[in-house]
Amino acid sequence: MTHTGNNYLFGLDSFGDLAKAEDGRLMNYAESIRLVVDEAVLADRLGVDVIALGEHHREEYAISSPETVLSAIASKTKQIKLASGVTVLSSDDPVRVFERFATLDAVSNGRAQVILGRGSFTESFPLFGYDLRDYEALFEEKIELFSKLLKEQPVTWSGTHTQSLDAADVFPKTESGTLETYVGVGGSPQSVVRAAAYNFPLVLAIIGGSPERFAPYIELYRKASAEFGHSAHPVGMHSPGFIADSDEQAVKIAFPLFKQAMDKVGKTRGWQPMSREHFMNEVKNGSMYVGSPETVGKKIANAMKAVDAKRFDMVYGFGPMQASDRRRMIELYATEVIPRVRELLGQS
Amino acid sequence: MARTIAILGAGKLGITLSQLALRAGYSVLIAGSGDPSKIKLSVSVLAPGAIATTSAEAARQSDVIILALPLSRFRKLPKEELTGKLVIDAMNYWWEVDGPIDHILPSGMSSSEMVQAFLSSSRIVKALNHMGYHDLHDEARSKKSPGRKAIAVAGDSKDDVRIVSSIIDSLGFDTLYIGGLAKGKLLEPGGNVFGANVSAARLKQLI
Ligand SMILES: NC(=O)c1ccc[n+]([C@@H]2O[C@H](COP(=O)([O-])OP(=O)(O)OC[C@H]3O[C@@H](n4cnc5c(N)ncnc54)[C@H](OP(=O)(O)O)[C@@H]3O)[C@@H](O)[C@H]2O)c1
Repeated sequence: MTHTGNNYLFGLDSFGDLAKAEDGRLMNYAESIRLVVDEAVLADRLGVDVIALGEHHREEYAISSPETVLSAIASKTKQIKLASGVTVLSSDDPVRVFERFATLDAVSNGRAQVILGRGSFTESFPLFGYDLRDYEALFEEKIELFSKLLKEQPVTWSGTHTQSLDAADVFPKTESGTLETYVGVGGSPQSVVRAAAYNFPLVLAIIGGSPERFAPYIELYRKASAEFGHSAHPVGMHSPGFIADSDEQAVKIAFPLFKQAMDKVGKTRGWQPMSREHFMNEVKNGSMYVGSPETVGKKIANAMKAVDAKRFDMVYGFGPMQASDRRRMIELYATEVIPRVRELLGQS
Repeated sequence: MARTIAILGAGKLGITLSQLALRAGYSVLIAGSGDPSKIKLSVSVLAPGAIATTSAEAARQSDVIILALPLSRFRKLPKEELTGKLVIDAMNYWWEVDGPIDHILPSGMSSSEMVQAFLSSSRIVKALNHMGYHDLHDEARSKKSPGRKAIAVAGDSKDDVRIVSSIIDSLGFDTLYIGGLAKGKLLEPGGNVFGANVSAARLKQLI
């Protein structure tokens, strides 16, 4: 269904952060969206396997409707897989999610990937009229309905938080009969078990701390899959990063921007501003992949080995970053980091 | 000294604390919101050795109970089984999980004072709430290790604070006593210490 064996996949993830133009001016939303389209075209040309776009409803991010942007990318690219990262299923309609991604799959000749998740932000709940107190129940019910829709047969369904369906057939059907679907999870064991129960491949969002600590989660995924009678899919991971020509330059550019982005979130969640020490600790031992191509390549290879991941997606373009720095980062990721990681993982 | 610890909540924090407690040699009973069979597999893989059971049973069989469930669920705690027990409150108000704060927390009170008011016959100490679960996992170190990090502790009974501090020490952290439960406010989201992953000396400066 998805990738198999020793076939590693490398992706780039964006939330559509508002970027900076060359004159230092903050780009507007429209410009920032067009920038992501251009970047995806570049990534495709350089052989990156996946572009994943997150759904956010916050002022610092331009992308709230990833599949619309992905459709634009589809028309300008040939190879690259077009993923969401993540689709916040709890505050969406599973039928419409299927319809939109099946449509994306059509216009892209079968390159659509849905990554379902609960999302780390919850602005979408009040925005679309959902009650946060139903957080768990919404996700639970909607993922079940979605898994039925994926069979592409008429669905009969009786919903509590969703519509009820009587042998409803949903269109368009995909050409291959399969809409590629993953589940993105953070550190919650129940989410890992749930992904296994529905036989979805897993993408772990590892956004802080040592990646090694996730190794047991992958064991859990495999054991749970076996218990539900499925053979476990290969596992992916996603983490933030930035690459420049040297370690010093990468840290110099990335630290203030990561800090700005983290502190903005921290303000609403009540944690203290990020110190340089914290940042450097994440860069050295944790989950921020910041540095020269060699440093980042080694770090990715080590992390993928530690958790036995077959897919790595780097979240790029944190904070108001210069478009030229983002572009350079994509070039280095595609032409130096990915080949180096493949080499370190014994695949050339 | 307590030998059996109950952990109520089998999510990110509950599993991490189970791992640390098992490593320190405690017997661990752990519970989620529902039937133990729901968490059995996760517990057996992520915290092998811990026993999955119900909250009531875990509370009954332990002298020390750690609260690692969403704050908004505190009224579901097994009040009766917690009577007389030492309870470590590691919960935080988190709007994305708990919803609007005025639904939960009367203004002016620390969240642990509110939990104490509800569990009126238990002994509440607030601790283990200000450090993220992955930092708790990565930073736990043996006594006297250089660079050991510290956990702030608030509680109204000196004796209980002492017991809790020695448990935290065995889990891998120094401790800093900051005063009674009302002072727990300093450790909550928005407080100076929330998110802190620092040494005892630095923690003291932050308080
Ligand atoms: N994550 C952190 O880094 C961190 C750090 C310090 C403190 N905290 C605090 O620790 C608490 C748990 O956070 P978390 O991140 O671990 O959340 P989580 O991953 O969502 O886990 C919550 C756990 O609580 C369980 N639960 C819910 N209602 C319960 C009940 N009535 N009785 C017993 N267990 C119940 C859930 O079980 P079901 O799945 O069965 O519902 C789940 O296992 C929160 O108060 C949080 O603020 C978290």
